[in-house]
Parts: sequence; C-alpha cells; structure tokens
Amino acid sequence: MASFVFKRLLMAIPTLLVLIVISFVLMYAAPGGPFTAERQLPPQVLANIEARYGLNDPLYVQIWHYMTGILTNFDFGPSFKYKDQTVNDVIGQGFPVTLTYGSIAFVFAVVIGSTLGIIAAMRQNSLVDYFAIGLSIVAQVLPTFVLAPILVLVFTLWLRWLPGGGWNGGQWPYLVMPVIALATSHLASVARIMRSSMLEVMRSQFIRTARAKGLPDRVIIFQHALKPALLPLLSYLGPAFVAMITGSVVIDLYFATGGIGQSFVQSALSRDYSVMMGITILIGTLTVAFNLIVDILYTWIDPKIKY
Amino acid sequence: MNTTYDERAERAGRITERMIQSRSPWQDARARFLKNKAALVSLILLILVGLFAALGPFFAVWSNQDIDWDILGQIAEQGQPAFANGHYFGVDELGRDLFARVVQGTQISLLVGVVGAFIAVIVGTLYGATAGYFGGRVDNIMMRIVDILMSVPYMFVLILLLVVFGRSVGMLFVGIGLISWLEMARIARGQTLTIRKMEYVEAAVVNGLPAFSIILRHIIPNLLGVVVVYATLLVPQMILTESFISFLGLGVQEPNTSWGALISEGAGTMQFGTLWQIGFPIFFFVVTLFCFFFIGDGLRDALDPKDR
Repeated sequence: MASFVFKRLLMAIPTLLVLIVISFVLMYAAPGGPFTAERQLPPQVLANIEARYGLNDPLYVQIWHYMTGILTNFDFGPSFKYKDQTVNDVIGQGFPVTLTYGSIAFVFAVVIGSTLGIIAAMRQNSLVDYFAIGLSIVAQVLPTFVLAPILVLVFTLWLRWLPGGGWNGGQWPYLVMPVIALATSHLASVARIMRSSMLEVMRSQFIRTARAKGLPDRVIIFQHALKPALLPLLSYLGPAFVAMITGSVVIDLYFATGGIGQSFVQSALSRDYSVMMGITILIGTLTVAFNLIVDILYTWIDPKIKY
Repeated sequence: MNTTYDERAERAGRITERMIQSRSPWQDARARFLKNKAALVSLILLILVGLFAALGPFFAVWSNQDIDWDILGQIAEQGQPAFANGHYFGVDELGRDLFARVVQGTQISLLVGVVGAFIAVIVGTLYGATAGYFGGRVDNIMMRIVDILMSVPYMFVLILLLVVFGRSVGMLFVGIGLISWLEMARIARGQTLTIRKMEYVEAAVVNGLPAFSIILRHIIPNLLGVVVVYATLLVPQMILTESFISFLGLGVQEPNTSWGALISEGAGTMQFGTLWQIGFPIFFFVVTLFCFFFIGDGLRDALDPKDR
C-alpha cells in the first residue's frame, strides 16, 4: 500500500511539471509583455520594471525561479495587473467561496444521486426508475451554462423567490441556485452509474446466496451489495471533481459569486497571465491530488486490485 | 418439366445466389440501427439542423452584422420574432437579425464539433493503435504521456491558449484538437490489444508485412466500429466545450458567434423580456446534443458486439 501511494506520488510529479512548463511557455510566447498595455513608459523605466519582475532572464531561469518560488514558500508571484495584489491574494479571496458551494454541490450530487440510483435499481421499471433514467438523459444536454440562465429565469424573474446572484457571505438563498446548477448534471450521472452497477451486482452469485440465507433486503443492500457497486462510481468521481471545478467558472461568472472562476475569467480577459497560471496550477494540483485519493480508495474497497 | 437445361441452371443459380448472399457486419449494423426509432428520428432531426446551417443564409433577409435601425431602441416591444419584417427569430439587443446569427452560430458550433471529432479520430486512432500493437515499453511510455496530458485541467489550458495566441476559430480548432484525441487513443489501444492476438494479424506478421501496414490495413479497419461510436459521442462534447468557452466570452469573436455566445447574450438580456434571444439558441443547442447522444446510443447498439 505504502509503495503504491509512493509510486502514484511519483507519477504526479511529471504531471505537475508538464502543467507548469506548458502554462509558463504559453505565457512567455504571448505577444506583448504585461506592461505594454499600460500608458507609454520611458524605455528606462520599462527596463527597470522588467528587471524587477525578472522578465529579461532566459526562459529556463524564469521557469526555475517560478518553480522554486512555488515549492519553497508557496509563492505564485505578483499579479501583473494589480500591483498591490499577489496571485496568492487573489486565490485566497476566491477559493473559499468556490470551495463552499463546490463541496456542497459535490456532496449533494453524490448522496442524492446514489440514493436515487439505488432506489431505481431496487425498483426496476417503477416510477422512480423512469424518473432516474429520464433525469440522466435530460441532464446530459443541460450543462451548467444552460441550466443557470433557466434557473434564474424561473426562480428570480418569474417566481421572484431567490436572488439572481451575489454571495453575501454564503447565506443560503444565495447558495441554492449555484448548487443546483452545478450539481444537477453530476447528480444525474451518479444516479445512472449507481443504477447500472447496482443492477449488475444484484445479479451476482453472492447476492443470491445472501437471499437464500433469508437475509432482509436492507442487510443485503447495505452490507453486501453497496461496497462492490461503489467501484464504478468512484472512478467517475475523479473526472466529476474536475468537471465541477470547471463548471464553477460559469457559476462564478453568471451568479457573480466572486469565486475563483470569476478571477480566472477576469484575468483571462485582462491578460493577467500570472493569475491565470496560478489558478491553472492550483486546479491541476487539486486534480492530481483528487485522482490519487480516488485510486487509494479503490484499492481499499477492492483488495483484488493490484498496482 | 419441359424446361430446358439452361433455364433450370439459371434458376438454380438464382436460388443459390439468394441463399449465399452474405451480409457484411456493416449491413447487419445498419439494419440494427434502422430498427432503433429514437436514433433514426434523431438522425433526421440532425440532418434538418445541418440543412438549417447550410441553407439558412439563403433564406435570411438580413445579414448577421446589419443593424435594423428601425427597431433599435425598442427591441423589447418590436424585436420579437415576426415574418413581416424578415426577422424570423426576432433581433438581438443590438438590433441584429437573430435568424442570421443563429444560422451563423450553428455553422460554427457544428464545425467545431465535427473538426474536433475528426482530429480525434485520425490522431487518437493512429496513436492508440500504434501503442497497442507494439505493446511493452513503447505502449507504456505512450500511454503514460496520455495519462499525464489527461490529468491537466484542459479547459483552463485551452483558455490560456486562446488568450495568449488570440481568439480565433482556427485557434479554437487547434486547442480542441489538442485534447480531443486523448480518450480516443485509450479506447483504440484497448481494442487493439485484443485485435493484435487475432489469427489474421498473426498471418500478416508471418507474411512479413511491415508493422505500419499491419496497423493501417488490418488493425484500424477492425477498430472502426468502436471509433465511429465514440466519435459520435465526441461531437457533442466538443460542441459543449466550445459553447462553454464562448459563453465565458473567450471563444469566437464578433461578428462571428456560436451557440454558447448566443446563449450568453440571451441570458444577459432576459430580464428585459426578450426571451426569444435565449430561447432559439438553447433550442438548437439542446436538440442537437440530444440527437448526437441518441445516435451515439443507437450506433453503440448497432456496432458494439459487447453490449448487445
């Protein structure tokens, strides 16, 4: 187990390196420096500023500085647009917001989705089952950026129940629509995966044995069927996590929640490269970490899997 | 029986011909696909959407850039869909004809989807088949590269790419092409691993065919079923990606537009009651995605022998 975790950690390093190098080279190749958009500076001043930010060094020196900065004191450098802010400040403001509604949506999707999936599998061809199937088909064509405007149209413009945006310290009326918009398509996917894997498990031999022993349904489902049925769900959770962070960009932008996605789009529109890179690398690290956790959980649930 | 020998021979020939008339796997698949009502209806709808994109410009009274100055300023009252003034889908908040813009957006969105899937098919299939055929260390290294690239948060890198190199349709194709082939490579590799052990591949090896010809002539044709299914499911994913980026305002640039950009504009103005502006793009978007998913489903039932 320890050696497996170690090996997976080793795999994570090149991934992050590739990510950092790709984004850095992209930024380096960008036409125009971060200061060319400002009012015309005297060449001497421009040279001084560029020296201050180390922009005259060769590419590999810059990458080296950038990486050692991140690794030693978690420093993503200054924002190129707002001189009084570092990338860490920007991330520190936005990330807690994204994390709050993101984790609520994630738990929401997994808990309700898997419950729905299990009930649908237990009562195949019942109303619940048809609802789960219908939901999973509909949710496929309703990505966050389609669902969010529809929600606002119904709940804010027509019914006037919920505020159309803002954060307000995360009070619940401000949380409802972001969570629903973010969670729905994942909830549907979770339900679909859970349903089919549960149906598969319920057909296997050991469930038949358990039934033959006369165990009550509750014991069969929760003590025998659930654990093996969770495996396909687990492998979905890694990509789902990434998709949720990506989806949060739309949430942040559309509902003006002030999360990290909003900072990302703003920095993209104002060509604030260092903030963009910082956020990209942060999310890449989270992705790698999350995939690692999923892999470890996998070996824990199914000891047959060897790496 | 007063038929001549020739006649009898001819009839016998006809009968045996009918009896031994073989059906290729593709004919089988087509029959299965045609039996799937949902997939068939989706295919027809999709063709209609394609015709809309292709022939729409001939029906548009207005161009997608012209501003209707008569309506501008009172769009909420007079901009709604109407046949009289030629704005079949109404106008947007700048007084531009929405019909022309939806046609144009449909063209871009469909194009992005098809081009992305096309790149995925070419690059991903070749890459995956090569990795799977050679196996061993080559396979290991090639697939590790795919693993690494897959755990990069591509949406963010794609946006980075678009911001750095300028937002254009061409750049969008490059960016989407860069990421679309990864999953395809994995699927092609998995299939190749089983095909590689087939006798006909062994026979080709014994005959001394070079590896590259074996991959092209014997492996890839047998991969096609799975590849087609996956490519159909990839098109809506590419459309989603493009629409997502355009929704954020980072995709195609004015005067060009796409479904994502149109939905974004419509979402921005819906509080003024101009619901047609969000309704038409969402309608086309949702219908097209639905069609692709159902067609993909139908193709999987028709072509993938595992799931039968």
